[in-house]
Amino acid sequence: MEHIRLPKVENVRLLDRVSPRRSRVGTLYLTATHSIFVENEGGERNETWVLHSLVCSVEKQAATASGCPLHIRCKNFQLLNFNIPRESECQDVHLSLQRLSQPERYEELYCFSYKPNIDEEERRQEWAFMDLRADYSRVGLPNSLWKLSSVNQQYKVSDTYPADLFVPESATPPVIVGSSKFRSRGRFPALSYYSKENHAAICRSSQPLSGFSARCLEDEQMLEAILRSNPRSDFMYVVDTRPKLNAIANRAAGKGYENEDNYSNIKFQFMGIENIHVMRNSHQKMLEVCELRSPSMSDFLEGLENSGWLKHIKAVLDAGIFIAKAIAEEGVSVLVHCSDGWDRTAQVCSVASVLLDPYYRTLRGLMVLIEKDWISFGHKFSHRCNHLVGDPKEVSPIIDQFLECLWQLMEQFPCAFEYNERFLITIHSHIYSCQFGNFIGNSQRERIEKGVCEKTHSLWSYLWTNRADYTNPLYRPDHSQTQGLLRPSTAPYCFKFWRGLYNRFDRGMHPRQSVEDYLRAIQEETQQLEEQLTSHKQKITQLEQEQGWNATTFDKSPTVWALGNDLALANTPQDYTGGFFASSPHSPKAPAGGLILLPLDSKQAADSSFSTSSDQESGIADLSCRSPLSEDSTRDPDSDEAAYSAA
Amino acid sequence: MEFSEHIKTANVEDVELRQPLHPPSRGTLCITGHHLLFSDREEGSSRQVLLLLRNIDAIEKSVENLLGYTSFFSHAGHSERTSGSSGTITIKCKDLRVLQLDIPGMEQCLNIAHSIETLSCLDNVSEMYPFFYRPTDLNPQSHRGLSAMETYYGQTKELHERWRLSSVNRAYSVCPSYPPAVIVPNSTDDDVLKRVAKFRQGGRFPVLCYYHRKNGMVIMRSSQPLTGANRKRCKEDELLLQAVIDGSDKGYIIDTRSSQQVQQARITGGGFESKSFYDRWKRLHRQMEKGKALQESLIKLVEACSDESHNMDRWLSKLENSKWLSHVQTALSTAGLLAECVERDGHSALVHGSEGTDCSLLISTLAQLIMDPCCRTLEGFLGLLEREWVEAGHPFQQRCAHSAYSHARLQQESPVFLLLLDCVWQLWRQFPLALGFSEALLLRLATEVYASDYGTFLCNSDQERSALGVKENTYCLFRALLRPTERDIYLNPLYEPTELAIWPSVHPQSLQLWKGFFLRWTQQTRHLEEVQEEIRNMVIEWGKLALS
Repeated sequence: MEHIRLPKVENVRLLDRVSPRRSRVGTLYLTATHSIFVENEGGERNETWVLHSLVCSVEKQAATASGCPLHIRCKNFQLLNFNIPRESECQDVHLSLQRLSQPERYEELYCFSYKPNIDEEERRQEWAFMDLRADYSRVGLPNSLWKLSSVNQQYKVSDTYPADLFVPESATPPVIVGSSKFRSRGRFPALSYYSKENHAAICRSSQPLSGFSARCLEDEQMLEAILRSNPRSDFMYVVDTRPKLNAIANRAAGKGYENEDNYSNIKFQFMGIENIHVMRNSHQKMLEVCELRSPSMSDFLEGLENSGWLKHIKAVLDAGIFIAKAIAEEGVSVLVHCSDGWDRTAQVCSVASVLLDPYYRTLRGLMVLIEKDWISFGHKFSHRCNHLVGDPKEVSPIIDQFLECLWQLMEQFPCAFEYNERFLITIHSHIYSCQFGNFIGNSQRERIEKGVCEKTHSLWSYLWTNRADYTNPLYRPDHSQTQGLLRPSTAPYCFKFWRGLYNRFDRGMHPRQSVEDYLRAIQEETQQLEEQLTSHKQKITQLEQEQGWNATTFDKSPTVWALGNDLALANTPQDYTGGFFASSPHSPKAPAGGLILLPLDSKQAADSSFSTSSDQESGIADLSCRSPLSEDSTRDPDSDEAAYSAA
Repeated sequence: MEFSEHIKTANVEDVELRQPLHPPSRGTLCITGHHLLFSDREEGSSRQVLLLLRNIDAIEKSVENLLGYTSFFSHAGHSERTSGSSGTITIKCKDLRVLQLDIPGMEQCLNIAHSIETLSCLDNVSEMYPFFYRPTDLNPQSHRGLSAMETYYGQTKELHERWRLSSVNRAYSVCPSYPPAVIVPNSTDDDVLKRVAKFRQGGRFPVLCYYHRKNGMVIMRSSQPLTGANRKRCKEDELLLQAVIDGSDKGYIIDTRSSQQVQQARITGGGFESKSFYDRWKRLHRQMEKGKALQESLIKLVEACSDESHNMDRWLSKLENSKWLSHVQTALSTAGLLAECVERDGHSALVHGSEGTDCSLLISTLAQLIMDPCCRTLEGFLGLLEREWVEAGHPFQQRCAHSAYSHARLQQESPVFLLLLDCVWQLWRQFPLALGFSEALLLRLATEVYASDYGTFLCNSDQERSALGVKENTYCLFRALLRPTERDIYLNPLYEPTELAIWPSVHPQSLQLWKGFFLRWTQQTRHLEEVQEEIRNMVIEWGKLALS
């Protein structure tokens, strides 16, 4: 609390992002974890909550006659433009928020103060939900080819690796330790994915310290052991996910890549995925395009092209496909590395796993995959996501790209995934929010030191409890699209801009009706009806009961539900401005502070539609200056703010 | 003219066909006056490909004359070619499909190619296939019923007090591109209309095309006034427009040209409604591309979609460069503007560009879809197309003579109707529950407008169709689509009627490439079609249970 210079500011304006002339007046409260904007106008209390750990940057601009502008940019792509009457107040809010959004110590992170109403025993159960060993035994490990190694139990061999690792049966501790000394940060080749069907495996590591000519016998033996763990194959791939030039440059620093001549029966392959700095810049440029106020189609497409973002997404997916095909079609094992083996390697291994194994396309499977390939293998979440104040050059949207690859795949195979877009977006938000302990720190060892499992809550069990919200109603595990290896196209036209994430808070841009929600309602009702039909067949003699049942189901029909949804959102006019309507209505862009997308309450929906229809009679005002409708719409009680208190 | 004189080789055996989404197959190729027929020879399969020659936009041929040459694609086990030569014909269709035929024998190949080239672009309408097509389950259109405009007038009782159905154009003498019956203000008599017609390009005087029940406001459409360089006036034109707004304080004119363009139009005799003579009308200019620019945009987009370089930058830059999505954006936002004038501002509006046969129709159609729930059903939408495109005189024959692949010199081609379908698809994407028809309907229309068994899209106007007896001698596509056997495919299983306007978002982030059409022949689109099938099944399953 000592960082809050000013707990409350009155007469603050929250400006609409797309049409800044529209604004809402209210009071801004600063708490230890959230900033809360409470709107004063209108009868109902409308709140916008901003979690401080999600704040990416706070920018104060020169004061004007109307006040002092303060721009808040969040890691979940929410943008908030406030106008604070007095500059001194703005200054205080600015400094407070800057400090609050950049904790200096782990203990300050939200997860250590987040205390939902859950007792200690249940909290412990949350962490027991995720069991990686169970995932290995799902694919039959350990077996005669792969064993669980205890070599890294005290994180002595590699402090960024997990304690439990699978290695080839023939790899002895001296070989492992020897190999680890020849690899950056001691990250020796270890198992990431194992195919029960054909014994081909994906292993991962960091780059070898080969320089221009160095060799390491143990490392060569290690690769030999991996090759031998796949009895049906006489060679293996070594995939370096970096561009060749970068790998060569590393040789000068005593690092580099495997020389095909020194290792028996390897085929070496570069993938050309750019490094974290290129990705950070590209992300930045892409977000600038998203933030353009009213771009033309050409502005948008040119900006998207110049950002290079989709090109990078394609590169990650291409690499994943190469590996997945090597495993599934050729039955050849693959060793994947980049420089340190915790960014590009994590991306590519996990993309390949999703393509290979339908299990990772289920809700539980994706959680396991992220836990395994990202969390346990030491993706540096705290650095990459800027959880604590630190080196800005360490920040990079690497896991974002993985989630986006999944989304691109979901767009190509809408029946193949049990989870939906909302699931990906929720995971994305919580990676940054620090509300749960899962993504805290940079390695397993750090999380143990911080006592994450003892002091915080786990996202996975939260997601699992709420899985109904994250289920794709079109998921068909038995569909031909869904079987075995996914074969996506990587033609450039298959890659789309992910509006649902990057313009998530610009509600006017999204489809006004959701097929998915509609289908979910139908699905639920179909299930209900089926159950009731069965029970009816049992009680077929009791006629009265049957009639009662008919009446109730009719009430709940998706027809009624969908209409409510439609009413709320259908009648929002858009930005058709040209010369004449330059000052005319814009679509409502009610910024919502919540973290979790909640479906609209149909009752609220009905309310807002009321205000819009009454508005239709008074459209004149609308051409002259501002739309009365738009003001009504911003008052739409459809925001997600309540989500936090619910969570 | 006999078709047979263009067919030197009618049959070829042992032809290999390669087409998207199918493995290559070998069989017999036949060419007739209107069709290309390929029948698969493989045992146990009886696959046939029947292609309307009219659907072929371009062909490319290459012949090999090496002795003993066998095609690279031929399979082992097939007999060696008897002749030493062979040829490949690449057929590019107006529905964007690309087929390849490997034909043994150079001469046969050249004959086939020649027949295709000639027969695919016959321009004599009465020789076209719709005049020969005889489906068994449809009655011909013989009895001349009410026109769509008359039907609309009949259905819209609220109109009758202030508006009348005029038959001033009964012999197409006042406006050759208008239908015989049009809706005009009660207070304007036919003599006035005749004089107004002389003041509007092509005689297209302002007529009513939509009545907004919620507030009694209307959308009118016309062509540009012929004010010319010396600002000619026409008292009757001013009176007609005055009669349109009657008691109201003002009306809007949406001109689909920029204010600079309308100034230039004066030099060639065209012009605009000047503020001083039409003081109650407020002009809004929205520049929309049409004609050649739009056709070139389509050509570029299709070219971009078939680029196989797998280079992301190149794709995005070509997509941008084609400007197709910009045209979609402009069309939707202009339609949104028009709907805003009528629905939210509560005033009547007149739409025109220069001829009033392209963008004006596009905008008025989209605005009606935005505002009027009646035209969002399958029947309603087809009725709207009948009224606003077929009867309103969109010159389909000129606009759709060729599509994106043709090497022919561009004449009057312009994919305005295709742009409409794309915009409607965008609406459907944004309001997936609000339209009563499916994407399959839009795709079917996009194919039929270029090449059809039916007479609906023949000719350029009602007058031309009546002169050729199109209604008497051909079948109507719209009626065919409504047959019980077909209907279901074209209904949106998720349809939930809403009375409210559906305002589309026109942010670049909200508009997408219409993959269903532009990438129709790829595996990805196939996946998406399967999803639509799943959705349909879910709804059917639910419907069954809810009924039981």
